[in-house]
Formats: sequence, structure tokens, C-alpha cells
Amino acid sequence: MTARTLFDKIWDAHVVTETDGEPALLYVDLHLVHEVTSPQAFEGLRIEGRSVRRPGLVVATMDHNVPTTGMDAGGADEMSVAQMDTLRRNCDESGIACFGAGHRWQGIVHVIGPELGLTLPGTVIVCGDSHTATHGAFGAFALGIGTSEVEHVLATQCLRQARPLTMEVRIEGTLPPGVTAKDTALGILNAIGTAGAVGHVVEYTGPVVHGFSMEQRMTLCNLTIEGGGRAGMIAPDDVTIAYIANRPYAPRDEQWDAAVAAWSELRSDPGARYDRTVTIDAATLEPTVTWGTTPAQSVPVSGRVPDPESFADAAERESAVRALAYMGLEPGTPIADIALDTVFLGSCTNGRIEDLRAAAAVLAGRRVHDGLRMLVVPGSAQVKVQAENEGLDAIFRDAGAEWRNPGCSMCLGMNPDILQPGERCASTSNRNFEGRQGRGGRTHLVSPVMAAAAAVEGHFVDVRQLDAAGARA
Amino acid sequence: MRPFQREEGVLVPLDRSDVDTDQIIPKQFLKRIERNGYGEFLFNDWRRDATGAPRPDFVLNQEEYRSGTVLVTGRNFGCGSSREHAVWALADHGIRAVISESFGDIFSTNALGSGLVPVPLPEHEVRALIDLATEQPGITVAVDLVTETVTCGDLRFGFRLDPFVRKRLLEGLDDISLTLDHEAAITAFEAQRPAWMPDLSRAGASV
Repeated sequence: MTARTLFDKIWDAHVVTETDGEPALLYVDLHLVHEVTSPQAFEGLRIEGRSVRRPGLVVATMDHNVPTTGMDAGGADEMSVAQMDTLRRNCDESGIACFGAGHRWQGIVHVIGPELGLTLPGTVIVCGDSHTATHGAFGAFALGIGTSEVEHVLATQCLRQARPLTMEVRIEGTLPPGVTAKDTALGILNAIGTAGAVGHVVEYTGPVVHGFSMEQRMTLCNLTIEGGGRAGMIAPDDVTIAYIANRPYAPRDEQWDAAVAAWSELRSDPGARYDRTVTIDAATLEPTVTWGTTPAQSVPVSGRVPDPESFADAAERESAVRALAYMGLEPGTPIADIALDTVFLGSCTNGRIEDLRAAAAVLAGRRVHDGLRMLVVPGSAQVKVQAENEGLDAIFRDAGAEWRNPGCSMCLGMNPDILQPGERCASTSNRNFEGRQGRGGRTHLVSPVMAAAAAVEGHFVDVRQLDAAGARA
Repeated sequence: MRPFQREEGVLVPLDRSDVDTDQIIPKQFLKRIERNGYGEFLFNDWRRDATGAPRPDFVLNQEEYRSGTVLVTGRNFGCGSSREHAVWALADHGIRAVISESFGDIFSTNALGSGLVPVPLPEHEVRALIDLATEQPGITVAVDLVTETVTCGDLRFGFRLDPFVRKRLLEGLDDISLTLDHEAAITAFEAQRPAWMPDLSRAGASV
């Protein structure tokens, strides 16, 4: 038998039918749904008189619109409330489980799938959200889809999909201290560019990746879409299996044994061929800060805002000129001299318990800089409860940060958590696009520890230098 | 789906790369539960200033381009968020085809599903079209899916779409109906799925 990649194995096991000249029909094991990209899909089903084929393979939550200042929809604007009500009605009518606002399992769709034990290795997972790649951390083929495809999957439990190319991103060596999964992802994006992985499914390999916790793996896979990749994935190992065991929907008893046996086959065979391989030397990575308006536009915190003229490619040069004008930055400015108004800790990229622990460890015994606002938004209701049980909320509050309720929040600012024009934010989220966090807002993407360090100093600082300085009461 | 055979209309140059879907339709307009009515919010933050007044320097606010139906733009158009609202906004504004060197994967799929054609051309051909549309404002272009050609002034370029995708667009076929033709295969596939796969409807599943 020919050597196959992890992706090949999952693909082959999910092809329902493949007709010559047509994209394959792939079976979908889990369909995650949220309030923003689903109403038109349910409406489409109604117009055509179609029903949801497998409600048990669909799970819904509310995350994009939910206010973070109250546990229910209170405080949301009229249209957001209507959108959330519509989701609840659609789920009720179709027999779909909905962990909506106020539910103990509510949260960002890419946080709750894994924490409920629904995200499993070897599955095909879709969601009307581009950061679905997150679930690939478990060795699943997980991809974001549009609303028409959401409707298609609801009606057929299948997805039409041309077979993507495969790309290996191999991370060699050892990460320096203080360098996180977020810095690794930003470093990869800087190396391959915003369209570097278009048309490809990326498999992350190498010792660094398998040394990562599941939370770190999710951060890495989450950002695959920012390089244009259709999905990111990591072969499951003991860390994966330990994470899943005993979660609410994880398989049990003999099904657990069967699942673990199946998962042990889920790795790329020796000699399996990828269409492309990129190798990253972990030792070259540093705590990283984006300076532009794409996640690929970044430099180490020890660096400076680049001169657009330094880019050889004309499109990159143009893009840098625009980005610096939007961001209000001058070429040559040291990154450490950039002062901040707001710090946002949260999102499907970095809103999990480990992210909160890491940031809290930096903030413990320190204070958020005068005049700076810091929002801490847990990724789910379960993360929030766990953080409170560990006393992290007290650390954030004592430092002067705001401890909020779970949701997407300021990652995309669909709820009231937005930046004002010209405000500058260090954010642990995934996109620094123009206006992403609020019209005219200026976003710099960083890791949770770098965000916490910046909150203390009021400007960017290498978190490792802050550690050396010791806690200041 | 509305079929697409040929579109002849004004070519609109948007000379920048990595135009993400947050720019095509900013998030404050994603709260509607309908599929239509997004056209007026297309490129909102570029088209209007903070007070809502039109910005005269933006291409769609210029008289010659206002009624354009084909957009030509830099690489990686439609990257970022999966929001299909970006496609609905373009289509609602009257845009029927977008020409670029490359597109975000999800945007491309969304566009094809809604009858908006993403036309891939090499960088130098995209550049030639942007330059021509800039030098001769209001020039018309023809995007022909039957012959798979783009014609504008003296320029004539060929392009290729996946044959299945092209057929669907030409005939305006409904994707879900096509899939439901495979009902027997889907049912057979379901019968042999491993029992450990997630299923919230299964007896004993937690809620």
C-alpha cells in the first residue's frame, strides 16, 4: 500500500462518492453552528421544503454577538437579539442541541467543541466560520464554510469538496523560553505570506508541535486560515487522547477502546508525500508583534517597524505603505516604543484556560498601566468557571483588568466591545485587518503573555525582560 | 442559482491586494437574518467616512465606475472570514464577476454557490486590466464563461474554471439537488460509520 499522509487517511475514510469530473462528496461527522452565518441557511431549507438530515451531528452555540457584560442576551442590540432568537427557534424546530446565551456550555464555537469531547481525531468537522481549522489540532479535517454550504450540510450531511493539496509545515529544533504557539504561528505566517497555503491542507509536524499542549496546538491550527490554508492539522498522540478522555460527549467503555485503536493509525506514514514542505527553525523565533493590517506583517518585539521600501515585491510594498498609514506608524520606530490604549485577552485563538493562566502569571502582583483598558474574555462558560475556581479572575481584577463573560467579543467587535477610531490595541486574537476591532481601531496581534506584559508597561515589551525585572507590587 | 453565461459591463479597478471580507462587508452589517439588502454596505468603511458621507476618492463613488459589474483587483481577494455576506454584498451591488490573481478559498466557494464568478488570471494580465480600466474610466469588459475569455479593449485573455463548477454556473444548477441524487450512497455510507463518532441524539449522550 502506498504511504499516505494523515490528511489522505481522513479524506479516504470520508468519501461518500466520487464521480468523474465532479468534486468528491465528503461525509461530515460534526457540524458546528452559530448565530451569524446560519439564519439564511435554515431559511433556505424552509423555502425548499427540506429538513435537517442528521440533527444529532449538529451542535449550536451563540458567540459572535453575545454581550460580555451579562450572562444572557441582556445588553445586546435589537438585531443581535433577533439573530440569537432565530438560532434558538431554528434549533428547536430541527431538534438541534443549542448551548445558547446563559447555558453552562455556551462559548466560542471553537472552544466548546473540544471541551465537550465532540471534536475527535479522524473526523470531518465543518462550521460557518473560518477559524474552524482550530479543531485540526486533534487530527481532524476541520474547515470553515460559507452559508450556502451550511445549508448544504444541514440538508445532506455532506460537503462537496475538490481534493486539496497537502503542505507540511515542519517545526524543527527547540523553542526559546518565552516563545509561544502564537509566536510560532505568526512566525510561520510571516515566512509563507497571507496566501502561502491557499488550496492546501497544512499538517504541522516535528518535535515542537508534539511538545505543545492541546491548547497550544489549537492556537497554531487556528491561525492556518490566515495563511489561506483550507485546514490545519496535527496527528493525534497521547496528549490528544488524555485531553479527550472523560469529556461529556467523548466515547465511553468499548467505544472508547475502539476509538483509541482507530486514532493510533492516524499519522502520516513514513515516506508519505506532501505537495509542499516548509521547514521552520524554532530557535529563530521570538516573541512577535504585528505592525500591519495582515497577520503576516510582523516582527520580533526587539525589532522596528519596517520601511516599505525594504520589500522587494511591489504588492507587499504597496500593502506596507497602506498598512503604516492606517496604523499611524513611522518606519524605523522600535516596536517597544509603541504605546497602547487597550489590551484584549481572549478569542478562539487565545481564550482558553492555559492562555488565561499564562497571562495571569505575568499580571500577578502587578498593575495594568494607568489609563490603559484591559479586557479579559474567557473563551467559554466552562473556561470562565474553571478560571474562577483557580482564582485567576481575582488576579485580573486586582491588576485592574475587566473580567468579562464568554464570547468572541473584541476579536471582531460585533457586540459592544469595540475600539474607538485611532485607539491602539494589543490583542491575542487572530486578525489585525482594518476596522476589525472597530472602525479606525489599530490592532497588534500578540501572545497572551506579551499582551499581559504590554498591559503592565503601557507599551510593547519583551515579556522575558519583564520577568527578569520581577513582580512589582 | 442564477445562471451565468456572459457578462458585459463596466470594469472597476480596485488596485490593492489582500482585500479581506471584513473590508468587503464590515461586521456591523452581519446581524441581518436575510440574504439580500447588503449592497449598500459593500466596502462601507472605504466608501463612506465616519459620518456616513461618501469618500470621493473611492472607486465605486466615481461616476464612471458606479454602475460597474466586473471588479478587477489584486491577489488574495476575499481572504479572511467565511462570511458569505461578502458575496451577497457584491452581488446585490450588481457585481457579477471578480478578476484576480488568486482568491480566498472560502470566498471562492461562496461566490460560485451564488452565481458570482471568480475569474483567475495571471498577475501581469490582472495588471494590464487594472491599468486599462484606470486609464479609460468606464471601459466595458466582457467575461464569457462559454468561451472562458475576458475581453476588454484590445486585451483578450483566456481563463479556466473547474469543469463541474463551470457547468453548474452555466446551467444555474442547485447544489443540494445534485447531492440528493446520491441519497442511496449517503445512506450506505452512514450505515458503516464507526459507532464512536460524535452523535448528540444518541441515547445516553450528555446534556
